[in-house]
Amino acid sequence: MSLLAVRNLGKSFGAVVAARDVGFTLERGEMLALIGPNGAGKSTVFNMIGGQLRPDRGQVLLDGRDITSASPQRRFRQGVGRTFQVAQTFLSMTVAENVQMALISGRRETQELSGPVRVRHRDEALALLGLVGMQDAADRACSALAYGDVKRVELAIALAGQPKLLLMDEPTAGMAPRERAALMDLTASIAASRSIGVLFTEHDMDVVFGHADRVLVLLRGEIIAAGAPDAIRQDARVRQAYLGDEHALDPPAARSPA
Amino acid sequence: MDPSFIVIQALNGLASASSLFITACGLTLVFGVTRIVNFAHGSLYMIGAYTAATLVPWLLQFYFGPVTFWAGILASAFVVGLIGVLIEVLLLRRIYGAPELFQLLATFGVVLVIQDAVVQVFGPQDILGPRAPGLRAPVEILGRRFPSYELVLIAAGPLVLGLVWLLLRKTRFGVLVRAATQDREMVASLGVNQAVLFTGTLFLGAFLAGLGGALQIPRVAANTGMDLSVIAESFVVTVVGGMGSVPGAFLAALIIGQLQAFGILVFPKGTLVVVFLLMAVVLAIRPNGFFGRPEIVGGTHAVGIASRTPQPWHKVAALVVLVLLACLPLVADPYLLKVATEILIFALFAFSLQLLIGVGGIVSFGHAAFFGLGAYGAALGVKLLSAPMEAALPLAIVLAAFGAALIGAFVVRLSGIYLAMMTLAAAQIIYAVAFQWVDVTGGDNGIVGVWPSDWAGGQTRYYLLALGLTALAILLVRIVIDAPFGYALRAARDSEARAEAIGLNVRRLRWRAFILSGATAGLAGGIYAFSRGSVDPSLLGIPTSVDALTMLLLGGIQTITGPLVGAGVLHALRDQVMPLTSHWRLILGLSIIAMVLIFPRGLVGTVAAWREARA
Repeated sequence: MSLLAVRNLGKSFGAVVAARDVGFTLERGEMLALIGPNGAGKSTVFNMIGGQLRPDRGQVLLDGRDITSASPQRRFRQGVGRTFQVAQTFLSMTVAENVQMALISGRRETQELSGPVRVRHRDEALALLGLVGMQDAADRACSALAYGDVKRVELAIALAGQPKLLLMDEPTAGMAPRERAALMDLTASIAASRSIGVLFTEHDMDVVFGHADRVLVLLRGEIIAAGAPDAIRQDARVRQAYLGDEHALDPPAARSPA
Repeated sequence: MDPSFIVIQALNGLASASSLFITACGLTLVFGVTRIVNFAHGSLYMIGAYTAATLVPWLLQFYFGPVTFWAGILASAFVVGLIGVLIEVLLLRRIYGAPELFQLLATFGVVLVIQDAVVQVFGPQDILGPRAPGLRAPVEILGRRFPSYELVLIAAGPLVLGLVWLLLRKTRFGVLVRAATQDREMVASLGVNQAVLFTGTLFLGAFLAGLGGALQIPRVAANTGMDLSVIAESFVVTVVGGMGSVPGAFLAALIIGQLQAFGILVFPKGTLVVVFLLMAVVLAIRPNGFFGRPEIVGGTHAVGIASRTPQPWHKVAALVVLVLLACLPLVADPYLLKVATEILIFALFAFSLQLLIGVGGIVSFGHAAFFGLGAYGAALGVKLLSAPMEAALPLAIVLAAFGAALIGAFVVRLSGIYLAMMTLAAAQIIYAVAFQWVDVTGGDNGIVGVWPSDWAGGQTRYYLLALGLTALAILLVRIVIDAPFGYALRAARDSEARAEAIGLNVRRLRWRAFILSGATAGLAGGIYAFSRGSVDPSLLGIPTSVDALTMLLLGGIQTITGPLVGAGVLHALRDQVMPLTSHWRLILGLSIIAMVLIFPRGLVGTVAAWREARA
């Protein structure tokens, strides 16, 4: 059974069809990229899987269980973690407390009225921060971090819920090029070692073709191509979709002869 | 029922709908463009009424006739429009980017200043204006006499709607107003002169408020209480119609006018309740009113409590303060002890609000509801159940917690300004019940004879009891703030999306925060009832809610101890300054405005920031 199975997903906003008959599967430990030009419906599909948006039609199955209409909270409990296009962390807390909160929630302790958060599951939080290389910043205020570091903390928060499926919306947006590759390398190694399935959207083609095991291409709400990165790179329809630029998807070396 | 009577009631409803619409239309226009809920809108209405009641008779001395009358009405509205411009240039312009809590408080500061100024300029007595020349004789409708001026009012509403519609559709200014209502940032980036647009909008809004007030002079005497009563109703109209929507305000005013006209037949004492219940129902079904759009919230995380590393000396300092306070009766006279008791009570009250605002980011503008419910809970326990203080105080907590559970269930779905308005409305409902349900609550006179048990009687012993209860409650809430529940609340405040993605049930968290905060405020109210020996509806009023907010703001909402210090300073100042001057409201109003403008971190926050900068 696939980790994630999406079937016939459809969503319209008024007369605009944002997603039409979208279907795909994702296996454990797999990195699956969802790409497409602006307005193709990436975020719509993404938010329907994350629970932020209710689809008009279709099904989302996690481990065979129907989660189509489950709230984000329910999905968290079923094993869905996510990061956001603009990193979402708790800026009034320290880095460690951010991760501790996710651990506390995972253990259903959020309604407890006593026992300081500061000391709860701290070792576990530090271990997760170590995993993303942020252990040294554990006691700094999250609001004082550079954006690239915030993205790492967000990843640690998402991992604290012990997800089976990790959803990453534009994981490298707003980061410097070198940081991008590092974050995605890190994500790939964690996904492989914990056999987490990762679905991510991305604008940076270097990131997509460097890190995805498989690529889905969305155009006007429909999946027009799916397959291994190399096959996608060669696909004429995909090339056409990217602004009609035949070379848009070429590797950087071929793009800039100088 | 007699059909002619129904027609007359419907016409009455239409007349009050017109008045309400004209006023509320200004409020909603101003909100649409500036995103500020102008608390002082009712004050502008009051100035309109006073100005017209003074100006029109003076003008009629020179030439008696309808032209003079209506010219006087319009001139009064124009004067109020200019005052609106003054408010925009001096104050609003500086707080467009501030959190909505600060905006509401600053404009409430203007309310206080204007209350004082109106008494200075027009005198303390009510002023009844002249009747409109040419409209003195009533007309006969279905055999009943109906004031002809009311017919003119009925026509005035649609007329103003039409004129405003023309202004918005056919002029460049109107196009900009509509554009700014839809997307302020976009209009700004198009190179539109924002200053002129905003000032112009404030003129229009204030003009309409002044017109609404001026049109009342033949019907009701201009009086100093009309500002808060009309602002409460205008809030309901704009919220029900959808903030920023002129047609929405018109529709809402029509419905509310009829509801008042016929509601008075069913619940002769409960018209306010009916109106606010309508608002509760509409917001429960449509969280943004009839035609309102969802507000984009965000960027408010800067306001509120953040994590601090615990310092051992904090505990020592708290203990020292507690011991010093416990020793106060050794040196203080009974009067000072009475003041100190009140400070403790208000510190607890403000602290309970800190849990909602500072921790949860939930801007409650009706916290007096829970304080008052606690006070009434204790008083009713004594009066109806003959309960002793030991049983009446828990009753205070239970009643306030129950009220908070009920109100919280309605408001936790809302956000931002709608939540603030809804909590305000809820508090006004309870105020109205306490005021109008005379048999149980004693109405305006309240309930007397609420005295503590013998062992706690006397100024010293009651002070020590209040100190013990306050310290205990604050300690418990402190523990909650540091515990997962408090952190989860902060998480939901910092980022709702992230909070949900890690499995937090944001609404349930906020609902429980309401109950906890309400219960704490209820305890404060209960202690207050026994310290005074009586309760009255003013405990539930808007000024009480604003008091709590002022203490929070004065102490600083980014710190846990802020509200405690704020309560002490505000109360001490009030105690020292009030006897010296008759301009207490003016001073308080200006102080609130000054705090928002130059001192937004509050006392404790400023000291903390200063220490951090030095370290």
